Amino acid sequence: MNTLKAGSRLKSAVCDTEVMVVRAAAVEVSLECGGAGMLALTVDKPAGAAPSQAFVQGTLVGKRYVDAADRFELLCTKGGRGSLSIDGVPLDVKQAKALPSSD
Amino acid sequence: MNILMTLEMAAECHPDRIAVTCGERSMSHAELLQAARRAGARIRASGCRHVGLLDVNSLAAPVALYAAACAGIPYVPMNYRLTKPEIEALLVRIEPAWLVADPALLEGVNIPAGFTVTDREQILRDACDGQSVSDEPALADASAVAVQLFTSGTTGAPKAAVLRHENLMSYILGTVEFGAADERDATLVAVPPYHIAGISAILSSIYACRHMVQLPSFDGQAWLETCRREGVTNAFVVPTMLARVIEHVDASGADPALPALRALAYGGGKMPAPVIERAMQLWPTVDFTNAYGLTETSSTIALLDPEGHREGFNSADPAVRKRLHSVGRPIDAVQIEIRGEDGAPLPAGEVGDVFVRGGQVAGEYLGVGSLLDADGWFPTRDRGYMDTYGFLYLDGRADDVIVRGGENISPGEIEDVLRRHPAIADVAVVAVPDTEWGETVGAAVVLAPGAQVAEAELRDWVRERLRSSRVPAVISFREHLPYNEMGKMLRRVLRDQLSA
Repeated sequence: MNTLKAGSRLKSAVCDTEVMVVRAAAVEVSLECGGAGMLALTVDKPAGAAPSQAFVQGTLVGKRYVDAADRFELLCTKGGRGSLSIDGVPLDVKQAKALPSSD
Repeated sequence: MNILMTLEMAAECHPDRIAVTCGERSMSHAELLQAARRAGARIRASGCRHVGLLDVNSLAAPVALYAAACAGIPYVPMNYRLTKPEIEALLVRIEPAWLVADPALLEGVNIPAGFTVTDREQILRDACDGQSVSDEPALADASAVAVQLFTSGTTGAPKAAVLRHENLMSYILGTVEFGAADERDATLVAVPPYHIAGISAILSSIYACRHMVQLPSFDGQAWLETCRREGVTNAFVVPTMLARVIEHVDASGADPALPALRALAYGGGKMPAPVIERAMQLWPTVDFTNAYGLTETSSTIALLDPEGHREGFNSADPAVRKRLHSVGRPIDAVQIEIRGEDGAPLPAGEVGDVFVRGGQVAGEYLGVGSLLDADGWFPTRDRGYMDTYGFLYLDGRADDVIVRGGENISPGEIEDVLRRHPAIADVAVVAVPDTEWGETVGAAVVLAPGAQVAEAELRDWVRERLRSSRVPAVISFREHLPYNEMGKMLRRVLRDQLSA
């Protein structure tokens, strides 16, 4: 259980997934990818670990993932085989908004 | 959080897609990331504290921006049109620095001892050979300075505005959807690399995975030709550039057709009504977007979107028609508030000071500190009002308000009235000192070719349309008005001249 900090980056312990926290409520939660707790980018992954079969929908780079209550938003910065969950509940892909290009 | 993440994600998702083209040369996302990492490793080893750029747009600009992020130090693009003494004054402020520069610009310039100087060819050569470097995460943390921009500084020494990684990433994540561009899309970057719009163009394009086409030196014809040659679908211009493109089309009879162009965004100054209206006639199928932002806010904070343009352009209702001259509504990621002299928020329709708040708002200068108040609001120093529909209208800079006998007078409304006089080609209104009123209204006027008009006629013209306090006490006829190279009026220069 940890509080997530906006701007922090985490990686999966069991696949290639990496995320950045975009928004987070100030409560302790368990953020998992592929059913295993996510790690700081600088921590080494355990060897040979694989995602749990309940969490293998995968992640896609650039997609934003949110919980049903919209308290948390994660940006996938690297895709992988595992899927994201908070306290065991899978996160959903947030629908992209159509934005006019201003640059 | 680091701006390098935008490029890492683009290189992960579309490694072989073209990221940037300048003339005959291009780089893919993977090549750009490798170039930035290699240059970043050299910069880190050099012990330099800033990465400077003194050059026109080229592939070296995005390499230097991301290399600085890799090395965890600020990127400082500088205005290459400055005089040698002005350049020297900036260089000593970023020592020790790793400087990418056009050698011609450094001839006769004293370079401080702690500088490593390279040119755009060298940085690109170094990027292509040499040992590969690891993909370890970039050093800078979210609160580190990513970009430092010297303001144009019409008064005293230029101020150094700082933008942190968290400010720029907040802007990108709030306004761009990752990978949203189609592979055939191309955006034309004509603003110079030292302008905030030049920085946001790189970050937005890379994050959207949109092919960036650079125009090293702007003129109307080159802009049109580059649009056609590269199949440009999106472009950003400052109003002066759009005016030059239209002048070129109208003067030369050149074919204005831009079959690939879908979206044209503009910002960085007030857009003259005849220019945007002519542009909408020339390119009726193009989506126009007006982007209002400041260096200190990491670029755009309000947008007039294509729908707002069409509503304004096609409406007979003056309240909707004038929308074409607004800067649109605040973007979702920021809040904008109009405040009166007592600091309290003003109701719709009343002109006051424009304040903005949000993660992208840096509002900070080196040596001065943060200008944000306790609740995070930044005074833009722009004046303006919000209409009942939530559209923001700007009304000049707070510093330009004329205080005549305790009455606040906005130069903009007097300029708008004078500009409608048939004899007048260009006009600027500024404060001039006055023993009776403290300040009074001064007007510098450029006449249309062959036109003549008496001062008394211009005074009557203003008196008939505005209050008598708005009538210029001083009228000065001139050949031209002072503008900087980005088309920004140098009011301070004019004020000094009219006061002399």
